[in-house]
Amino acid sequence: MVGVRASKAHRDEGIALVVLMSCSALFVIAIALILGFLAFNGTRLFWGDHYSPLKFLFGTDWDGFGGHYGAATFIAGSLVATGMAIAIGGPLGVAIGVFFSELAPKRVATAFKPAIEVLVGIPSVVYGWLGLTLLVPAIATVFHLPDGDGLLAAGIVLSIMILPTVISLSEDALRVVPNSLREGSAALGATRWETITKVLLPSASSGIAVAVILGVARAIGETLAVQLVLGNAAILPTSLLKPAAALTSEIVMDMGDAPDGSGFKHALFAMAFLLLLISMGLILLIRLALRRRT
Amino acid sequence: MSRSARLAAIALAAAIAPSAAFADTSISAAGSTALQPLVQAAADEYQQKNSDVKISVTGGGSRTGLSLVSSKAVDLGDSDILAPDGTNGLVDHKVAVIGFSVVVNPAAGVKGLSKKQVQDIFTLKVTNWKDVGGKDQQITVINRPASSGTRAVFMKTLMGSIDTLPPTLTEDATGTVVQKVAQTAGAVSYASFSGTHNASGVSELAIDGAAATEDNVMTGKYPFWSYEHIYTNGPPSKDIAKFIAFLQEDTAVFKKTGYIQIRDMKVTENNR
Repeated sequence: MVGVRASKAHRDEGIALVVLMSCSALFVIAIALILGFLAFNGTRLFWGDHYSPLKFLFGTDWDGFGGHYGAATFIAGSLVATGMAIAIGGPLGVAIGVFFSELAPKRVATAFKPAIEVLVGIPSVVYGWLGLTLLVPAIATVFHLPDGDGLLAAGIVLSIMILPTVISLSEDALRVVPNSLREGSAALGATRWETITKVLLPSASSGIAVAVILGVARAIGETLAVQLVLGNAAILPTSLLKPAAALTSEIVMDMGDAPDGSGFKHALFAMAFLLLLISMGLILLIRLALRRRT
Repeated sequence: MSRSARLAAIALAAAIAPSAAFADTSISAAGSTALQPLVQAAADEYQQKNSDVKISVTGGGSRTGLSLVSSKAVDLGDSDILAPDGTNGLVDHKVAVIGFSVVVNPAAGVKGLSKKQVQDIFTLKVTNWKDVGGKDQQITVINRPASSGTRAVFMKTLMGSIDTLPPTLTEDATGTVVQKVAQTAGAVSYASFSGTHNASGVSELAIDGAAATEDNVMTGKYPFWSYEHIYTNGPPSKDIAKFIAFLQEDTAVFKKTGYIQIRDMKVTENNR
């Protein structure tokens, strides 16, 4: 009787193993296909249309139907908008994370945490629409401009969008710091501020770095909200108040209607591939940060 | 099979039969979202009158429609633009005319422009409305993306020999363009009549003295218009030809959707 049950259990385990393994295999294959597809189409501009990669990366002359595929304006726009999002959202997010993990009374924390989680769930088109109807006219009024579209608007919208990620991850990073460190610091006569800046933040630094890097990844890949407030003008950004364009917004505007097989389409694929390389680079950075911790 | 099961099967067959037996023609259309409302409205009416025909209409964009019809994935490819040279076997059916207007924010203080002035504004040679008879107000130019059908019509009908525009603010949908023009002092852009005729907070400009109206499009006084095309792969079958003819002649649907019938046009593309 016992033997029968054991063999049945063995068989079930075997089935479960096969099912789970084929699920993971399917997933790995899907990822490999996506990477392969993007790598093939994303480099076609260079080996198929013989367009110089240097001109693509550093050229500013963009004319999809005219055979000019310099993407530097979009790369610069993406980097500046993301940089602004991190400059505003990074410190603010970490500060709020510190507040929730170290200072907030329990009741305040339980009231505000769900609000932050709601922020994650708001669709990006809503952020973009709010930016377009409230933020852009406000910027125009404050700076006496005819139009408020541009990098400042995009940076502000993005900084709000990455806040939930940065807040919850940096809070988690602080929470796993052992209490003995807090107590030891207090025993040495350190104030709360000294404990936070000299003990807690340094020991949670790799976790906080991960929080910020994930914020960067979120910001650089964001499309819809950016497209609505950035102005989408393929001009190198010389001022935060001028319209600019980003990799994602250019792809979404022209991908549908750029003719298949044209250099125009291949250039858009190359921009998508570049975005993929950037986010893979960011994931590598996260791995490095986490390895340093352990 | 038990008796009740047999009865149920008969009842089911009877319920399915009418649609299966009579829907012996199905037509699929895809492409231009500018043309989609007209094709959809005509299809609805056509199906009511011909219960044996089933028509499905989807969007996707002009170039998508063209590529779907060349690969025979759909029967009808709706397009704002002519099929590119070298697309073999596609047959063009001009089904309607659609008008576009140059729209400005009222702060510009102009009611109309000449073609030359439009060209100077969109190439950024003129940057203040006072230089073209308006108020002292900076001009903010808003374009559609390079791949847009509306932009293609704008370039072809108003920009003369100019074939590239300097980069400016760009919005990729008619609705967003109209909203931006309404909200930005001194803004100027272009969009189809259906997006601009009833929009608040924007004014449609006359071009060379002709107001942006359907009548002026028909008589050829107003230049900013384009044919809407339905493409078939090879000559259309009898059923498809019948539907296309119905769509072209269905005055009620045209009235309801705001397009212009080809037969009302007193000019053609060549003498606009």
